[in-house]
Amino acid sequence: MADIQKLEALVTQVRRDILRQVHKVNSGHPGGSLGCAEFFVALYQEIMDRKEGFDMNGLGEDLFFLSNGHISPVFYSVLARSGYFPVEELNTFRLLNSRLQGHPTTHEGLPGIRMASGSLGQGLSVALGAAEAKKLNGCGHKVYALMGDGELQEGQNWEAIMYAAANKIDNVIATVDLNGQQIDGSTDDVLALGSMRAKFEAFGWTVLDIEKGNDMASVVKGLQEAKSLSGQGKPVCVLMHTIMGNGVDFMMHTHAWHGKAPNDEQLATGLAQNAETLGDY
Amino acid sequence: MKTYENTGNKDTRSGFGAGLEVLGKTNEDVVALCADLTGSLKMDAFKANHPERFFQVGIAEANMIGLAAGMTIGGKIPFTGTFANFSTGRVYDQIRQSVAYSGKNVKICASHAGLTLGEDGATHQILEDVGLMKMLPGMTVINTCDYNQTKAATIAIAAHNGPVYLRFGRPKVANFTPEDQSFQIGKAVHLQEGSDVTIVATGHLVWEALEAAKELHEAGISAEVINIHTIKPLDDEAIIASVKKTGCVVTAEEHNFLGGLGESVARTLATSHPTPQEFVATQDTFGESGTPAQLMEKYGLNAAAIVKASKKVITRK
Repeated sequence: MADIQKLEALVTQVRRDILRQVHKVNSGHPGGSLGCAEFFVALYQEIMDRKEGFDMNGLGEDLFFLSNGHISPVFYSVLARSGYFPVEELNTFRLLNSRLQGHPTTHEGLPGIRMASGSLGQGLSVALGAAEAKKLNGCGHKVYALMGDGELQEGQNWEAIMYAAANKIDNVIATVDLNGQQIDGSTDDVLALGSMRAKFEAFGWTVLDIEKGNDMASVVKGLQEAKSLSGQGKPVCVLMHTIMGNGVDFMMHTHAWHGKAPNDEQLATGLAQNAETLGDY
Repeated sequence: MKTYENTGNKDTRSGFGAGLEVLGKTNEDVVALCADLTGSLKMDAFKANHPERFFQVGIAEANMIGLAAGMTIGGKIPFTGTFANFSTGRVYDQIRQSVAYSGKNVKICASHAGLTLGEDGATHQILEDVGLMKMLPGMTVINTCDYNQTKAATIAIAAHNGPVYLRFGRPKVANFTPEDQSFQIGKAVHLQEGSDVTIVATGHLVWEALEAAKELHEAGISAEVINIHTIKPLDDEAIIASVKKTGCVVTAEEHNFLGGLGESVARTLATSHPTPQEFVATQDTFGESGTPAQLMEKYGLNAAAIVKASKKVITRK
């Protein structure tokens, strides 16, 4: 059984890491990062079967691909706090000569990263390729992917979604971060996505919802269920309903903090709402 | 003067298919992906022999490039196959981020490049692909000249760790390079020794350069002919050594003069050994429908055009 309290404590620390990273360099994407903190912590601490250390090919372990690379602050925080690199390195986020580029990349050799992402819509295809390679290699482990909801406006996703079902890639679990926001406003206002469930089902995927994507117990339960639904001839999609900016009251329920850093005062407020649990870097 | 025998016209894309067929048997990490053009790319033999390693992706090139990038994670060596237009311009951002910047070992194999695609016309005749690909950091760019060389190059790039763009074509053209050649990426091949002008050619223009050299010889002009199959990394040394001897150069390619082999040669010479140069290439234009021979004639990409450019560049020494 998952120790939900322990995972929640890590989430609180991850929120602090996110705020402190973007505040220091006055740039980055806190909104989507905060909304996915529970997902990342659950995935890396509870759901994925991971080996010690890091090698690119990742044979004999589960893999994760982040398609919406702009939420790098949460990815970096959880990778560091899962042992891929020293947490002190979070201090170098977006700085010159850092391995922690604005958007994640393999180019600087940061452990835990297997593809560059930032230009949207490409991650699912790469995850499917890695899943095909796992099948060829007789590796029974799974491949996880996270996409933003606005990102599904990119056409390449639908090529990939069609391919996955047609080819019965059932070792992939793709999660959509349904926060309903994108840079210019709500997804409904910018380019309405319609029913994600109906779309994925029509394409031949198994679909399940995590209605409370910022409730740790719900996220763990949902991802475990997704895992149990894989391996049955169909790719699995998790529609994860989250709140952008979750855990920092003035950042919640708005697209305003998609790509904006808090000032000193806002940082103090945000940190006060998320008391240190595991120690700041 | 060396003589080269055309052992019979063959298409370079069939050289690719033959090379891929060999790789299927010799390297179990090689996988192939195709976007609904298996027959056109001559990938049928690989598909028939290794159905488990062949991936039909449908008319969805962006997904194909992403899939290929992902398959490298797990140690596969993916060869993607479609027309040059859909291998590059259509999927530039996917290649840039998921392949080149991510440092993935993907081989982008592109047929029907250039005007010699023929009657389908300009929508399919890409003349900008070499430029697009050579600008990507870490990308190796190869344009082979005949069946044998394409087969050898296909086999060779599997052993090279890193992204490669391999460009070839549709029509049956002279097959004249040795069947048993060893293909060295980045190494120019000297085809003729000469003293008056250097002709640096790539792809289908290499045979035309040899024909041009014969005609120039009859006119008393000694032309050195270099086959540059690898446009990036360019064999600077071979080119500089040759122009030091001849004092002028003609570059010849089935590509726009912007972004092609000619520009790469010009940069090399401008920074190391400034030399008069003429460009046999398309002049910042799209193509059109017609037979390959008609198009190469109309757009000035044949032996006659190389002869003319050679005579002109010699006067500029």
